[in-house]
Amino acid sequence: MHEMGIAEGILSSSLDAAQGAGARGITVVYLTIGELTEISEDALHFAWEAIAPGTLAEGSTLSITMVRASSSCADCGHEWEHDRYSGAQCPECGSWIVMLHSGRELKIDSIDIDEEGDA
Amino acid sequence: MKVDIEKRILAANDEIAAANRALFAEHGVFVVDLMASPGAGKTSTILATVAALRDRYRIAVIEGDIASKVDAEKVRAHGIPAVQINTGGACHLESAMIRRAVDTLDLDALDLIIVENVGNLVCPSDFDLGENAKVMILSVPEGHDKPYKYPNIFQVSEAVILNKYDTLTVFDFDEGEFRDVVRSLNGQMPVFPISATKGEGVDVWAEWLADRIDAAQGEDV
Repeated sequence: MHEMGIAEGILSSSLDAAQGAGARGITVVYLTIGELTEISEDALHFAWEAIAPGTLAEGSTLSITMVRASSSCADCGHEWEHDRYSGAQCPECGSWIVMLHSGRELKIDSIDIDEEGDA
Repeated sequence: MKVDIEKRILAANDEIAAANRALFAEHGVFVVDLMASPGAGKTSTILATVAALRDRYRIAVIEGDIASKVDAEKVRAHGIPAVQINTGGACHLESAMIRRAVDTLDLDALDLIIVENVGNLVCPSDFDLGENAKVMILSVPEGHDKPYKYPNIFQVSEAVILNKYDTLTVFDFDEGEFRDVVRSLNGQMPVFPISATKGEGVDVWAEWLADRIDAAQGEDV
């Protein structure tokens, strides 16, 4: 259940950005998370609901974009999308020398805020 | 209104990890983060590794546990400096905890720090501590299906130690299938079968680690 630590990281960055923009409140937090990380979406929503109250993020939701893993082969240049178990070896030429391009993201992209004076 | 942030969620942890890494490089210290489930034999593996390498390298150990100091005391009983971190409930170590622990060690008097992470196959895998290498231990009684269930830790590790190898015939552990899944997750990762408490196989793992230490220290000169 390390989603609590992850949620704290999200909250800290969100609050910094919201305060910097003079926000009255945060409505949505947009995240990009790679499928190869050990993040459970449900646990993350749960953790968020536990720590957001009492802050500018109270009542906000997490909008999570999951990213598929993709790799390219250093030998033949083939690029492919894959799950956890089909990324270590190139499906075209069989090479084990591959580079991971996506799938390990743990990123906070942006927030939607209510500004001062908004109804 | 939308406000762009474009930041790693774990940016705070990553920044301290980068500072740790720079500090270790400056002092020529190699740091290995050892991850495994509770009971896989982390402390026994550390003691066996220390026994194999203590004549060649000056070693310290950082013990991460939710509570207690029994592991640090076990290591100290062998004449090796040990720092205990109690995470107070957290299921993994973070870079700031390592930084505080390292502040109590004399880095100039060390070549190798072995970090024993909190017993857990999930959470430690997402946190950079500033280590040179993450290595994991799986013990035979846990079963050969663990890479299916906890894939991330097998993907972020640079080597797997297969501990309690002497019990292979007692448990229904399919070593061939285990190696096949590990290969599908992390093609080039070596698997080191050992029996930590008996010392069997430890020399092969210790030589791999020694090669990594020598290579890292060579780069610093």
